[in-house]
This record gives sequence, structure tokens and C-alpha cells, in this order.
Amino acid sequence: MTTTAQKTAVRAVGTAHVRVEGRDKVTGAARYAGDVPFTGLGYGWLVLSTVARGRIRDIASAPVLEMPGVLAVLDHRGAPRLNTDYAGLMGIRPDPTCAVFQNDTVPHLGWPVALVVAETPEQAREAAEALVVDYEVLPHDIEFHGDHPDSYPADGHMPGVTDKGDLEAELAASAAVVDEEYTTPEEHHHPMEPHAATARWEDGRLEVVDSNQGATWVVGELANLFSLDPASVRVRSEHVGGGFGSKGVRAHQVAAVMAATILDRPVRVALTRPQMFALAGHRSPTVQRVRLGADADGRLRALDHRSVSRTGTIYEFVESSAGVARTMYDADAHHTENRVVRLDVPSPTFMRAPGEAPGSFALETALDELAEKCGIDPIELRLRNEPDKGPVSGLPFAGRNLRACFEEGAGRFGWGRRDPRPRVRRDGRWLLGTGTAAASFQAGAAPSTAAITAEADGRFTVRISAADIGTGARTALTLVAADALDAAPDQVTVRIGDSDFGPAMIAGGSMGTRSWSLAITAAATTLREHLVPGTVIPAEGITVRSDTTAQIAALTNMERHSYGAQFAEVAVDPATGEVRVRRMLGVFAAGRIVNPLTARGQFTGGMIWGISMALHEEAVRDPAFGGPVGADLANYHVATHADVPRVEADWVDDTDPDDPVGIKGIGEVGIVGAAAAVANAVWHATGVRQRHLPIRPDRVLTAAGDDA
Amino acid sequence: MGLSTSSVITLHVNGEKHTLPVDHRTTLLDALRERLDLTGTKKGCDQGQCGACTVLVDGRRTVACLQFAVAAEGREITTIEGMATGGRLHPVQQAFLDLDGYQCGYCTPGQICSAIGMLAEHAAGWPSAASEDVRPAAGPAPLTPEEIRERMSGNLCRCSAYPSIVEAVARAADADDASSAADTSAQSGEAAA
Repeated sequence: MTTTAQKTAVRAVGTAHVRVEGRDKVTGAARYAGDVPFTGLGYGWLVLSTVARGRIRDIASAPVLEMPGVLAVLDHRGAPRLNTDYAGLMGIRPDPTCAVFQNDTVPHLGWPVALVVAETPEQAREAAEALVVDYEVLPHDIEFHGDHPDSYPADGHMPGVTDKGDLEAELAASAAVVDEEYTTPEEHHHPMEPHAATARWEDGRLEVVDSNQGATWVVGELANLFSLDPASVRVRSEHVGGGFGSKGVRAHQVAAVMAATILDRPVRVALTRPQMFALAGHRSPTVQRVRLGADADGRLRALDHRSVSRTGTIYEFVESSAGVARTMYDADAHHTENRVVRLDVPSPTFMRAPGEAPGSFALETALDELAEKCGIDPIELRLRNEPDKGPVSGLPFAGRNLRACFEEGAGRFGWGRRDPRPRVRRDGRWLLGTGTAAASFQAGAAPSTAAITAEADGRFTVRISAADIGTGARTALTLVAADALDAAPDQVTVRIGDSDFGPAMIAGGSMGTRSWSLAITAAATTLREHLVPGTVIPAEGITVRSDTTAQIAALTNMERHSYGAQFAEVAVDPATGEVRVRRMLGVFAAGRIVNPLTARGQFTGGMIWGISMALHEEAVRDPAFGGPVGADLANYHVATHADVPRVEADWVDDTDPDDPVGIKGIGEVGIVGAAAAVANAVWHATGVRQRHLPIRPDRVLTAAGDDA
Repeated sequence: MGLSTSSVITLHVNGEKHTLPVDHRTTLLDALRERLDLTGTKKGCDQGQCGACTVLVDGRRTVACLQFAVAAEGREITTIEGMATGGRLHPVQQAFLDLDGYQCGYCTPGQICSAIGMLAEHAAGWPSAASEDVRPAAGPAPLTPEEIRERMSGNLCRCSAYPSIVEAVARAADADDASSAADTSAQSGEAAA
């Protein structure tokens, strides 16, 4: 045992720290879900439907069961029954996509129809590919249009429609009007680690080693689905190879639990990269119409943003692209509307900056068009339209430092020297241009629990069911805990990724680090009250727990957001239509930055997602067979090294006195507005607007032809 | 005699010999991961498109998912687990750690193995599509950020830690060869045009 003593004040938050698990990650020692060994492991391989709509007539499992090493073929005829009639985390009902093998209906191409389990991965794969499934094929419809007659206004994670003022009257009275359609394609998350889960029963308890964005979230879903006591389910996910919104509860965990239950041995189910196109969720394509009306000085009189997205027939997910204007810009008449149409496709889901990423592309491009029409600098136009309260909510802002982002960014980027005229700069065969856009993302927090133990050796152990999906959360929480405990970071061990640590917010919505930090700070405060000088710490340590449910409920309701100013310089080859980003700069106001070393990567990573969205990413779905063409990473292009030039991010001071930790969240704001900045730069280079993503060479060439 | 679908092979991995029976369909990647418990080598796509499973085979970078284990017999295989010497990280590993050349870490073993293989290719005078002068007499091209980006483009990082990966590779190259003309402007932090 030891005796506590007063320690000198140290401040870890705000200083750069290498990741606490960094050595494990650079030596290969870090074990991700599919890396954890199990004795007697069975390998599961999902069999997905080859038709886009229909019914399963028969599954010829008998010959496959005779194949070497095959242990089981699971399908709707014998799989355990699941309960899907519940509301899970944040009141969200389960996506029936995860409720596999419950009936003979095939609602989209790539629907899981069976799981084959075998002794080795080779045997499982061959048997899965040999399984003959006979379908009654029904006609399908996957053709998505903005004027689809079946679209309807839908709420999703925000109200579907907001409306104030007389839109038509304000548009008629405007000196300048922009009225354009913008589209974004189907996009996929594709974290580098494919989804993988191993399930087993151990002493009456279900154990799942998984790759997810929230271990207690997965416990809640599995307990509900299988009608189990949540206390009898444990989910661990120590290291997670990226998520971006795709790693919740999906078919593979449910299939693994079913197989482990039936076979009474550990079973691993990993998605293949092509299977992820159907089963990991995706971002819906959007068709957006933006109408802006302004006085000659650029002040907005009318703002109308309408977005249509696509969802599956079995689950309504709304890509709320029209929501971004609700907090960014005010106008005398202000109308936003999110609509959705149900088609025979897999369920879309949250993907990095859901709504904001595609919505900001449309809105921030439209603002650039308005600036051109009014003859006003695009930054000045935005600053003239800075609202003093929430345009729709009427609530005050908890800090809105967008102006500081633009001022700092403009100076560093050299914006002041910019000639606003398009198509007047050349570098050899390249036309050059620069563009800008604004960014924002909501800063939320959700209830979490944490436990901190003052160990007998003077160290501290923090336990919280947080997830580090690459954000640096484990390290950030170590710094937050160190400061809250008045200890050095190397005296603090933060353990995460285990549902046994109690309920906590997921790594999502840019809410994780703030939510977890609130819980850790609360526990640390209580613990320090226990540790008055002279306190004797017993061998088992002194442990305190926190629960921030009441604290979160008591937070002042304000417009609380991160902000950013995005800048891009591009080069466009008018002969080939090739667009190259030459440099990007983002300046953000995102609350307190916990670890500058890892925060920079969160911002630049988001910005590079913006480059990727602007120029590369597009899943093309074939209307004839209903699936994506070329469902792999050779055909679905994401930015790679050679696509990414000098990309820099920095931040301005952004304090939030009403918040105990002052953290706003940085995982998503980096992508917001980034694609618009690139598109606006392409206009500045070529004089031709690009309103449809991605900005492919053929679009640059076609647009140039139209313009000529 | 029936058709044999498995063989006993000996793999030389990180300086150790492993004799094991393998299914002929087993890839080098699955042999490393599922049979030898060397799970540092990651499976990102299993079809040669992402680079996460990059290892060195006889010193050259190879995607382990596109090579059968039986074809790797007798060759010297180096995985991420074999890059540190004793407790000392390889300079590329150290630079990734210090400069945060990763986020989720899943592509990292492949990025590091690829960088180590790439630096050897560069030192041997192999040109790339970004090289100004590809004549053998020109010698190794200056290892600019553009050269590093071009040569590392087979390794995807969806977290998009590319800027710090390029910095890390440049720093390791500098440490490896102090006279290297590596352009480290990616580290300079300058922003104005």
C-alpha cells in the first residue's frame, strides 16, 4: 500500500503525445478482431444473394455438408429466431439487415442467405461458393432520380422539414438568384480493416471479440436480438481498424453468434472486401436543389435547400443533406427539406459527416455561385451572412468562430492576392484555380460511465467502454485523465474497448471524446475528493465510478458546433480533364484540442476524404442486376498517396465556458466543405461549374464542351 | 494415387524455420496469420488491391494475399514482426511512431514493410513514374515527397494519414542516408503560396 501525497500540477492536454498504443501498432503486436487466436476456431463464410429481389425457393445444403471440413450450413430454415421489435441506442430501431436468416425474402442484391462454417478458411470459402441457392426472381427497382414519384419527406436523425418566411416572394425580390441542382454519388466507408467478429459461449456467457465503434452498443443490440440478459454478453474490441460510421451491429456478428450457439465452439465471421459493398452500409446518393436569393450586397433573403436520398425497402435511413443550412446561414425566407425514396438496395447508414458532407458540397458551391453573381469575394459573402443565433432554432451559439477561421486561413493561404476572375492562370498545360468553403459539425455529448482506480502503487487505471477507431481516443483520454487526476500521463493507464466497463457513448457523431472526457473528469473529481493527503490506498486500490446522465441532461441547450474554413488549389488539364489538388489548408475552431499530434491527422484525414469525395469516389449500381459494378478497391477509387499533395490543418482558439471539458469533437468537421472547396477551385481554374460529384475527367471535358 | 491437396512445407520467416502442412489453396497471408500466429500482416482486401498484407520476400515487397504459401517455400520472408532488432525499432517504424504516420493502424504494417522495400528499390536506382530522369546512369532520383507518394501508392490508408506517412518515410530515409537529397518540404509547415 502507499500513502497519497500532493502532486505538482501538470498539464497534459494541449501538448503533443505519441499514441500510447503506437509501439504495438508499428510492430504488428496490436491485435485487431480477426487477429485474436482461439482454440477450436470455426471459420464462417457468408453466402450473399445473387438476385436483387426475390424469394429463396431452396438452398442445396446437403451436398455442401458433405464437403471436407464443413461443420454447418445456416439459413432461414433452421437459424435461431431473432427479436427485432425494440429501440436500441438513442432510440434507433435495428436495421433488419442485421437480422439474418429469418425468412425467405431477398430485399436486395448481396443479402445474406446462408452461413457456411468449416474447419479452415479455405474449406469454408470453397463450400460457400459451391452452395446452390434457388431463387424465385422478382422484378426490382434501383433507379434513383431526384424527381422519383415515391419520395417523401422523412425525419431521420433530425426533423425532415423546416420552413419560415415566404420563399417565392423573397426570391422574386432578390437582386441575385442561384437555382441549381447538385448531385453526389453512392459512397462507401471501406475502413481498411474489414468487419470481423468471433463469438463463443464461455461458462454460460456470450463472448464476442469484434471490431466496432462501441462495445456496449453491440452488447445492447445482441442482447435484444437474441433475447439475452445484457449482463450475460461481453463484447471486446481493443483495436479497431477504422469505422467511419460503418461499424455497428451487422450481419456478421449475428451470424457468428448463431453459429457459435449451434456448434458450441468459437466461430469467426469476417466480411470480405466485396461483401462490404452490400453489408457494411454506405452513403446514399443525393440529388439536391439549392435556391439562394440575395440583395446586391450579398445579404441572403431566401435560402431553399432540398435533398432527396435513397434508402432500402426494409429500413429508412435519411441522408440529411439539407440540415446543414439550419445552423450555417439565415435568410428572411428559409426552407430545408430532406426526402427519401425506398428502392431495392442495401440500407445506407451514417458515414463520416452524414448529411453535412454531401449537403455542404451543394450549399457551399451554391454560395460560391452567388458570390460570383454578386461580384463579392466568397469569404466576404459568408461573413456578411454570419447569423447571431441559430437560424432555425433561435438558440444562442456556444462559440461561433468561423470568422476567425477564415481570417487566419485567408492570410496563410494567400487568399488576399487572389484574382477572382476564372480561367486566367496557367502553369504549362495546367489551368490553376483556388476555392474556399465553410465547414461546421455539431458538437454533442451523450451519457457515459467511467471508473477510475487509484492503485496501491500510486498509478491510476481508467476503465471506460470507449472505442479508438483511429481517432487517438485512447491517448486523448489518457491526457484528459492525467490532468483531471493531477498526475503525469505515464502514471495513467486507460483501458477501453470492453463492454464490461459499463455503458458509454460510441465513437460516432464526433461525440466520443467529449462524452468520455466528461465521464472521466467526473470520476476523477470524485476520486480526488477521496484522496486527501495521507489517504492509505489498500492493495485492491480505491475505485470510483461516474455516470454523466444527469450532467448531460443539465447541459445548456445551445447551438454548439465546430467550424472550419477550407481552402484548395487545383490544377486542371483541359486536354484530358484531369484535376489535381495541389494543396489544401483547413483552419478550424473546434473547442479544446486535446492532443495536437493526433488532432492534426483527424482534420487532414477528413480533408483528404473531401478530396476523395470530390474527385474519386463513386459506386455505380447497375440497374439490370442491381449491384455495384466492380465491387472492390480497384474499381471503387479512394484517394491514395499520389492523389494527396500538401494538406495542412491548423486551429484557432475556441473556448466554451459553459462546457466542463471544452471539447467539441474533430472527427467529422474536416470533410465538411472540403469537396466544395475543390469544386469551387475547379470553377476558378476553368470557368465551368462542377455540380456533380465526383469531378471525373469526362465531366470536366463535357462541361468544357458545353461551355465553348 | 489420389490427387494431393496439401503438402508439408518449410517457411523461412523472420529468420526462423517453420515446417507445417498446408492446404495448397492457402495463401502466404493466411499461412502467416492463421497457422503461424503472425497476425501483424493484415488482410485488407485479400485481392491485391490495398497493400495491407505487404511483406518482404527475398527483400522485395510482395502482397502476401496473392502468393500461395507453397510458392513461398525456401524464400526469406520478413514480416512486420521481424523489422525491429532486439528492442530497437527500425528507423521507419520509429518515424511512423514519432510523426503519427497512422491512425487506426491497420494499414500500418503494410505501409512500413512497403516503405522499407521501397527505400531499398530506390537505393538500387529503380526509377518511378515520378522520376525526372530514368536513365540508369542518372542514379537514384532525389527522394522528393512526390517520389515517395508515387512509390507508396500501392498502400491505401483510408484514415488518410498520407501526409504524416510521407513525412515519416522521408525522415527515415534521411536517417538512413544523411546525404540524401530528400526534400522534406512536407515537414516545413509553410502554407502561403
